[in-house]
Amino acid sequence: MVPLPETDTATETPALPGDALRDGIVERLRGALGDALVDTLVKPNDDIWVRVSTAAWREAGFAVRETLGCDFMSYLSAIDWMPSPFGRGEEDPTEPPPERATAIVQGYTGGETRFQVLARVYSTNKHFGITLKADVPDDSLVVESWVPVYAGANWHERQAHEMFGISFAGHPDLRNMYLPTEFEGYPLRKDFPLLARIVKPWPGIVDVEPLPGEPESADGEATEEASA
Amino acid sequence: MTDLIDRQRLSYIAAQAADARLNVELETEGMTLNIGPQHPATHGTLRIIVRLDGEQVVWADPSAGYMHRGHEKLTEVRTYPQITTLVNRIDWLGSFANEVPFILAAEKLMGIEAPPRAQWIRTIMMEMSRIANVSLFLGDLGVQLGAITPVFFAFRDREYVLNLLESASGGRFHPNFDRIGGLKEDLPKGWIDETHQVMKKLRNFCDEIENLLFGNEIFQSRTRGIGVIPREVALQYGLSGANLRASGVDWDLRRDQKVGLAYDKADFTVWTHPDGDSFARCWIRLQETREATKIVDQLLDTMPAGPIMAKVPRIIKVPEGEAWVSTENPLGEMGYYIVSKGELGPFRVKIKTASFSNMSVAPWVLRGVYVPDIITILASLYFILGDIDC
Repeated sequence: MVPLPETDTATETPALPGDALRDGIVERLRGALGDALVDTLVKPNDDIWVRVSTAAWREAGFAVRETLGCDFMSYLSAIDWMPSPFGRGEEDPTEPPPERATAIVQGYTGGETRFQVLARVYSTNKHFGITLKADVPDDSLVVESWVPVYAGANWHERQAHEMFGISFAGHPDLRNMYLPTEFEGYPLRKDFPLLARIVKPWPGIVDVEPLPGEPESADGEATEEASA
Repeated sequence: MTDLIDRQRLSYIAAQAADARLNVELETEGMTLNIGPQHPATHGTLRIIVRLDGEQVVWADPSAGYMHRGHEKLTEVRTYPQITTLVNRIDWLGSFANEVPFILAAEKLMGIEAPPRAQWIRTIMMEMSRIANVSLFLGDLGVQLGAITPVFFAFRDREYVLNLLESASGGRFHPNFDRIGGLKEDLPKGWIDETHQVMKKLRNFCDEIENLLFGNEIFQSRTRGIGVIPREVALQYGLSGANLRASGVDWDLRRDQKVGLAYDKADFTVWTHPDGDSFARCWIRLQETREATKIVDQLLDTMPAGPIMAKVPRIIKVPEGEAWVSTENPLGEMGYYIVSKGELGPFRVKIKTASFSNMSVAPWVLRGVYVPDIITILASLYFILGDIDC
């Protein structure tokens, strides 16, 4: 066994292989997309998020593939930003349900709509990745398909279609991936109830009482000693 | 060597083309064949609908969903520590590797880092999951081609690895050993010496499989030049792991990204193969098993002492934010996109599984092949059904 490294060196985060490349990426993408690039977020030592306008979703796909050289598509999916009207199944079912937040708050790079599509692409020779997002209009729930950009988007879009009800214009075959054809509803939408959790609430959430001999603390501030 | 491979591939393509012409002349009647959901060659309940023209596949459509468990929905009603138990069930042959990217993503959002010893042990156990997973592939590969012997070797030697995982974590198939901030426990006494010995056995196993299978003429003629996936197609479809490297793309997340694991402390080779056929995919996996044993050996020797758990609150609340972490799992790139709203559980988790993308190329690659080749191509693409239907 070798001795433990010095503690002060461990706190410094070493640079990612692509970190030096990261700076110019957003500017190059802005040059290719212009105003269609709505918002960006670059977190040092972490990642890049960009949001493009709905109309430019496919154009953005071509731009990251051709301009930035992102040849590898990792995944494409969607997010429903509406807070769940059912909570997380942690309340006592005999009591009336508590007041829940209903405001739709989008995450990184903001947004205006309830649904957003997001995709992650990589450059396999430059070793960086980028996460793209786009709003899905609330009234029509249609974005352009990425199948002409990355053929692998086919299955990912089928999955997003059946789980969120988002349509992808130009997709060759939007059949259900997992669910039966006659299935009603879109399971990953927040207003789709997880019935198993409503019928019988999960008891795990109350399993946070303090250990014997530990001062009671409701806000989770009590820390545990390292168990080494 | 490459000339030989090229000639083999060209002759195969020429034969296919000749047969296709013959089929047109004979005006054979097409037929639709359902392979699965329950079929020994489909590893679980993947159903493949193929349209045949004689012995040739006109189109193929894998139909998943017979085992879909809704992991992404379930994560929304669970707390962070509970989710590791859940994601263990995605790729059930290399379970520990499923936990790591999720824990790393949660740690990234919380801004904590596991102590060095925990990072070392995580990396070691992740490589052992790879060995446990891929050694079964190497044995199963023979069975798919009609050779019974390799699977006995595989089950014999895989058992040693599972015993080690069990002795360290208490879980044989589902370790559930990773925690936010570190690990559940330290390694038991004598584990390191025992692991060194097991790694030696596993290297022997790789040699045995190579002698038994990879030099075999029948194996070669059934895999060489079959199911060729060119580099561009592999990238377009988002193939990852050994499937991508077998198509000549030098891309390995163990080497090419910096996450809280100790891969940069080990010296290992990332193997690639220019052919992109079934043989290349199998060969890459064999080499990767060898490399994994070397990584484990090196990391066992350099493992630092110290705590295995960082200081974390007893009730884990992850701050608001979004994080994506993916790692090189036995089947390929596996990642989690966590959206947190600062609560006890995540707001949304997108689980990117390797087999989902790896199988999405099946309609492309199965077009034009013969029925017996479906089996070798699916076997060499190597999917775990839980990884498709997560």
